[in-house]
Amino acid sequence: MDYGEKRLMDKNQESLFVRLIPFFERYGILLLILIMIAVLHLLQPDVFLSWRNVTNIFKQVSWQSMLALGVFMVIVTAGIDLSVGSIIMLSLMGLAITSKAGMPWYVVMLVAPAIGFLCGMFNGIGITLLRMPHPFIMTLGTLYIFRGIGNLISGGVPITGFAEQIRVIGNGKIKLDVIFGEGAREYIPTSLILMIVIFFIFWIFLNHTRIGKWIYAIGGNPGAARAAGINVDRILIVVYTLCGFLAGIGGLILAGRTNSAYPNAGLQSELDAIAAVIIGGASFFGGRGTVLGVFAGVMIMGILRNGLNLMNVSVFWQQVLIGSIIILAVYIDVLRRQLATRT
Amino acid sequence: MSDNLVLEAKSVSKFFGTITALQNVDLHLNKGEVLGVVGDNGAGKSTLMKVLSGLYKPSEGSLFFDKEKVTLNSPRDSQNLGLEMVYQDLALAGNLPIGDNIFLGREPTRKVGPFNFLDHKKRKQLTEEHLAKLKINVKSADQKVEELSGGQRQAVAIARATAFNAKIVLMDEPTAALAVKEVGKVLDLILNLKKLGVSVIVISHRMDDIFTVCDRVMALFQGTNFAESELKNTSRDEVIGWIMGKKD
Repeated sequence: MDYGEKRLMDKNQESLFVRLIPFFERYGILLLILIMIAVLHLLQPDVFLSWRNVTNIFKQVSWQSMLALGVFMVIVTAGIDLSVGSIIMLSLMGLAITSKAGMPWYVVMLVAPAIGFLCGMFNGIGITLLRMPHPFIMTLGTLYIFRGIGNLISGGVPITGFAEQIRVIGNGKIKLDVIFGEGAREYIPTSLILMIVIFFIFWIFLNHTRIGKWIYAIGGNPGAARAAGINVDRILIVVYTLCGFLAGIGGLILAGRTNSAYPNAGLQSELDAIAAVIIGGASFFGGRGTVLGVFAGVMIMGILRNGLNLMNVSVFWQQVLIGSIIILAVYIDVLRRQLATRT
Repeated sequence: MSDNLVLEAKSVSKFFGTITALQNVDLHLNKGEVLGVVGDNGAGKSTLMKVLSGLYKPSEGSLFFDKEKVTLNSPRDSQNLGLEMVYQDLALAGNLPIGDNIFLGREPTRKVGPFNFLDHKKRKQLTEEHLAKLKINVKSADQKVEELSGGQRQAVAIARATAFNAKIVLMDEPTAALAVKEVGKVLDLILNLKKLGVSVIVISHRMDDIFTVCDRVMALFQGTNFAESELKNTSRDEVIGWIMGKKD
């Protein structure tokens, strides 16, 4: 339907159309997920919705979702963090080395988030106090620095074998014998529970605390935030630190899932994280986006990869498809905005 | 100078690198007074306002609130002293609703255990009461600011400035971006504030604004005090002359 035709439409019909826009704005992405699930179920009726495959998807996205959630907060402030893929690798290596050194499991478990926390804080301090012209530059620098340090401390070789308590986080199973009977094979992955809890905490943080509100305000208009007496630099340091911290949690989950630390861990996963955030409806210009949208963006990426793998689509085609979806998702957003501002 | 002095700036200078934005500027403001500040572009009006609100630190000179010398480290300090600023660029976050903008940085919260959470209900209620008090009409307190007209945004900015019983309100070109029919409402709002005992400083290019609301007018020229007069002792032509740097 072209523009002229739309103008000729019956007025009532148009107002109904306009009234539907907020509905799609809020739930459109969940609708998209349902459609993807339905299509993949039709194509792979025996496998796709099986317990094994669904838990597999969740286990796969659990560590990636930590990166996406952190990068999301950064993008809400109209910033960017390119270093999360390297933070996950460095925190993984730090964890592996303390584990190898024979530290008790509870120390090892704290190491990854702690390293992530410090890396993120380093980014935040660089962006604010050193007055780097754009977060892109600071985090591009630390993308190299953190991975380089990770390889220096590990000697560039994989380290395997962690304590049971670490493995449980990424690979643990909560048995559902109560529901499915003794010895049932159905279970819920611990990493799924962890992911849901962390997303819920950050949903509360962003929507129901003052700092969360300020993060959105900074993304909308940093000048307004400053004029309101908000210490913008301090909030930015908090945001980048939390982003690094979440990447560290991602490193912990990945350590548990793979039971090893390897030099290529998290390679290019910062780009996957950004893609998930953008697909989830956050604006690259800051101030817009929801935690639920990030979750949906992560799930869309995960379901798409899983579905394409199940159908033996080559990795190269997967790249083409994911790239196309990013562009399509943003283009739909552009169209929606045009409709919403049309009067 | 009267005993009603609420705000005074003495010999304030502000340098940006090699540029001198303000040079030994004096300013005083009495309770319930509306002071007009005029001057050409680059005369230093906006810089002076930003110094008074604590957004800029003066390079030299001092500020007095209620005759007490103060040092402002951020706009929050001046807010705590009862001074609010309505910025020329409005300083609103377009992605946030009206209520969030009015209470930005001072959000009502409620305690749950050791944590402070935003009190969405209270914010909405306070917003609606305040908008009603100022007779500002909007569809809903939850409307995003980017969806509002220029006049409505100006009204939100003024609502924001006055939501916490400000004693002094600074306004930078409050009518510049407005449609003609919206200008009158904003000027009424300023006269209303004066009636409530609030002191107002208005920066404006529009002589209509100055001669409708102000008690006194002062002119800056190239970053210095140029002229000053009670409104009743001057004329539009004279004030326009001051702006261009001409004195009899």
